[in-house]
Amino acid sequence: MCYSSIKDATINGGNDLFGYAGRILRVDLTSGKIETEPLNEELAKKYIGGIGLGMRLYLDNSKPGIEPFSAENPLVVATGPLSGTMIPTGGNGHAFVSKSPASFGVGEAKAHGAFGTEMKRAGYDAIIITGKAEKPVYLWIDDDAVHVMDAQHLWGKSSAETEDTIQKELGDFYIRIASIGPAGENLVRVACILNEKTRAAGRCGLGAVMGSKKLKAIAIRGTKDVQVAKLDELKDFIKVIHERMKGPAARKYRTLGTPENVLVLNALGALPVNNFTYATFKNADKISGEYLNERFVAKIIGCNSCAMRCEHIVVVPEGPFKGTTTRMEYESLWALGPNCGIDRLDAISKAMDLCNQYGMDSISTGVIVGFAMDLYEHGILTSQDTGGLELRFGNYDAEFELLKKMAYREGIGDILADGVRLAAKKIGKGAEKYANHIKGVELTGYDLRGLKTAALGFAVSFRGADHNRHGAYSPDVKGSVNRFKAEKGRGKIVREIEDMYTIIDSLIVCKFSRGTYYDGFKDLAKYYTLATGYEMSPEELTLAGERINNLGRLINIREGLSRKDDSLPYKIMNVPIPDEGVSKGSHVTQEELDLLLDDYYETRGWTKNGVPTMEKLEGLGMEDLAYIVEAKKIPTETEKASVDAEKTPEEAY
Amino acid sequence: MATPAKRKFVSADPDKCVGCGVCEYACSAEKEKVFNPLKSRIRVIRLHPLVNMSITCRLCEDPPCVAACPRDALKQSEENGTILVDEDKCNGCGWCIEACDYGAITLHPEKKVVFVCDLCKDKEKPQCVAWCPEEALDLETSETLAQKARITAVKKLFQEALKEETS
Repeated sequence: MCYSSIKDATINGGNDLFGYAGRILRVDLTSGKIETEPLNEELAKKYIGGIGLGMRLYLDNSKPGIEPFSAENPLVVATGPLSGTMIPTGGNGHAFVSKSPASFGVGEAKAHGAFGTEMKRAGYDAIIITGKAEKPVYLWIDDDAVHVMDAQHLWGKSSAETEDTIQKELGDFYIRIASIGPAGENLVRVACILNEKTRAAGRCGLGAVMGSKKLKAIAIRGTKDVQVAKLDELKDFIKVIHERMKGPAARKYRTLGTPENVLVLNALGALPVNNFTYATFKNADKISGEYLNERFVAKIIGCNSCAMRCEHIVVVPEGPFKGTTTRMEYESLWALGPNCGIDRLDAISKAMDLCNQYGMDSISTGVIVGFAMDLYEHGILTSQDTGGLELRFGNYDAEFELLKKMAYREGIGDILADGVRLAAKKIGKGAEKYANHIKGVELTGYDLRGLKTAALGFAVSFRGADHNRHGAYSPDVKGSVNRFKAEKGRGKIVREIEDMYTIIDSLIVCKFSRGTYYDGFKDLAKYYTLATGYEMSPEELTLAGERINNLGRLINIREGLSRKDDSLPYKIMNVPIPDEGVSKGSHVTQEELDLLLDDYYETRGWTKNGVPTMEKLEGLGMEDLAYIVEAKKIPTETEKASVDAEKTPEEAY
Repeated sequence: MATPAKRKFVSADPDKCVGCGVCEYACSAEKEKVFNPLKSRIRVIRLHPLVNMSITCRLCEDPPCVAACPRDALKQSEENGTILVDEDKCNGCGWCIEACDYGAITLHPEKKVVFVCDLCKDKEKPQCVAWCPEEALDLETSETLAQKARITAVKKLFQEALKEETS
């Protein structure tokens, strides 16, 4: 069934910039109205693409304070200027942006694979989806023709089943699909959006935003050419990067993959175990990257255009879960494994596969399960609450069952499906002390108690707890700083990596390729210049990275977030690491956090309350967004107390 | 004249191919100066995470595409076995596409005539082979492929014995 369609411009229509498609698609699911508009070139140069352009389009197309599941909350998906080209890892990414139902601030999540290439070839830099359909629908974007299709027969299906069904019914194997599973349909606040079956735009619960719009999937087929400004020079540069990707900069991803982290972090006393109770795992060898690769990894495959290939495909070789096939990365392995006291790779693989079937972010999901187990062990949740489920650490059968209860919002799963922050509030009895989140987004696999640069990076991340906004664990883990110490200077370290990371996520290239840009911004600016034809200097690109970080901050400020939200969970600040070893006794005090935040805000040119100053906005060419800061009236120190007492956005929930 | 056994064509080792599609981009960039898999003479297929393979023209002996063409627009090069398309005669009817068991000959989206791998005859070697980051692509003959298959088969049969020898 087709409700409406359009036919118009070709790729690069009316645009001087190569690389970009030059066109934005708008779809309103309430009215069924579909239209396109040209890409604003100034915006493209300033915000690049991916999360930068996506967040700017989100900001310009949304009202402050809206409910994330309301029809007026837009869902934006954006590609970058490199999407659809041969640039390794750069050709294949896409980014989703919306108001997060977990953080109530800006939510963004990226995925790689091939969806982004297809979207670019269909001729779109971004798609802005607003409204709500009455019945389940999916978007079918066939180059210029855009259809809103009936999806009632897909509702309830997993993403893998949805992809197969759509490809079959539309009769084209090369259609690429991003879709939600049952969790997104049921507005689970940790629901993800999956493409190519195993690639997830995982964090911030954006799958639930899609579900709230009754939008099951976005299916795209693009057949247009992607043209770059300087093809021969670009090919020469790609050749150089290909060679680097065969070298040490990509070794980890080409060999053991991210699960290498298990033993590394365990040795440092920084591997969170049993919901951040311990920082070492006695059975780490049983779940190590080494063991995983020896016994479970059947093949390592690559995303479109990639010359590194990192996707470790695991096939369980024996036992009750024999044959389970899934992608495996450190974060998922950690969250569903040691964080829940589980030391069996076959069970962890099964749990990972279930997360994909239900369409839930495996990181947040694992942290929620660990949280529930912690509460159960402490008698805050009883078997009466859990419907008889024995939520003991290490009980993988209970984990599987709980994943299902969350996805379908059954029993205790209904409460937990809202994430640890909101669940702790509902459960009460001191449950918030066990809730490991920042801004409502669950922590990832680094014990921040003994990684204090990372602790700052996590606290200030605009999308809530996450390692991928700043990579600030790196100086801690490498030992280039004293990781047990909070001191001045860490703010600058975090700021510099953040600015690089926002560019990586805006271009979009893959974080795993970051080591191959030996000359940092110079290499990335070269990519931009050769692809688009616009002479981008490394300095201008660095400034864009800073601009995009300020943009994320501004959206959060508009939504009512402030310094008090740049916090750390109770355990990180109040329960010293108990394990014997190097990190014993470490935790982050309030005094240390304040010192780190002050240092960071200062190096960012923000006020003590974490608000960009007018001078900063002018310096970044963001005067047009000054209204956000003015509306909030930058509070003076005396006013600060009353600001702190303000209601938090999630309190309305 | 190249005898069939010596004809070299581009073949993917399925154990090495990771499905990245760099070959498609290399081909369309070389031949058409754009990035577009639809304009590539080699195409990659991923049926399952573990099942990835690039496919292009196998330079068949007695090529069915040539036999199928009702307009005599296709012929096989006597020199190297590639399929030569007479773009003036081809009207894009698609009989050759249907005849090819490998999906190797396809319709050009703009020219509306068929196109197929020519081994990058003006280059030192085919650009897909030159660019493949996994070294999964190579120029093979039916003889080198058969050799490889034999070696793999014998290796499998004598796995234990080989292990002992190397340890």
